[in-house]
Amino acid sequence: MDAAQALADLTEISTQIQAALIADEKGAVLASTFADDATAGRAARSALDLLAAAEDAGPNGTVRLTQVLAATRAGSVFLVRGEDRIAAAITGSEPTVGLVFYDLKTCLRLSAEQPEKPKGSRSEKDEGKSVDA
Amino acid sequence: MRSALRWGVLAVGSAAGLALWRRSSGKGRERVELYFSDGSMVSFPEDSTEAARLIPLARQVLTSARG
Repeated sequence: MDAAQALADLTEISTQIQAALIADEKGAVLASTFADDATAGRAARSALDLLAAAEDAGPNGTVRLTQVLAATRAGSVFLVRGEDRIAAAITGSEPTVGLVFYDLKTCLRLSAEQPEKPKGSRSEKDEGKSVDA
Repeated sequence: MRSALRWGVLAVGSAAGLALWRRSSGKGRERVELYFSDGSMVSFPEDSTEAARLIPLARQVLTSARG
């Protein structure tokens, strides 16, 4: 599944998420629910700034920071960190934290999955070779 | 008159109870929670120095996202 489809599924499932994006760890937006790329880019950079500051604020050690929740009176920011990308979402105030994290993690995992190869992609010639060998 | 007073006392009591419950449960308070790969979690309440640094960055994300 590609990142855009994963985000579309996320916003369909979760009514609490107002906007979301998936970006790589350098801030390049892979997909977003924002109307324009400039807004998505600004939000991605801000999210990465928050992630970097959160990493500094956490205990030093080898344990990796994987999720961040920042709850403000104006709304909440959720960050989920994958291997090479992050998913960020904003909600209103007092969301169901566990549910939003679950949906966001699922979205990030699906966005990173490689699309399945169509069945029967191996040619008869290839199959013949494998039998002979 | 007495009935109005009862309703007034009930309303004030309910509001106070709700405020106490929200305060004790942490709802409505600003905070930052960090989750780590080993399953541990650290929570910074709004009056901590860490939250004082991170909450403005979260507001920046909200501002950027909402335009």
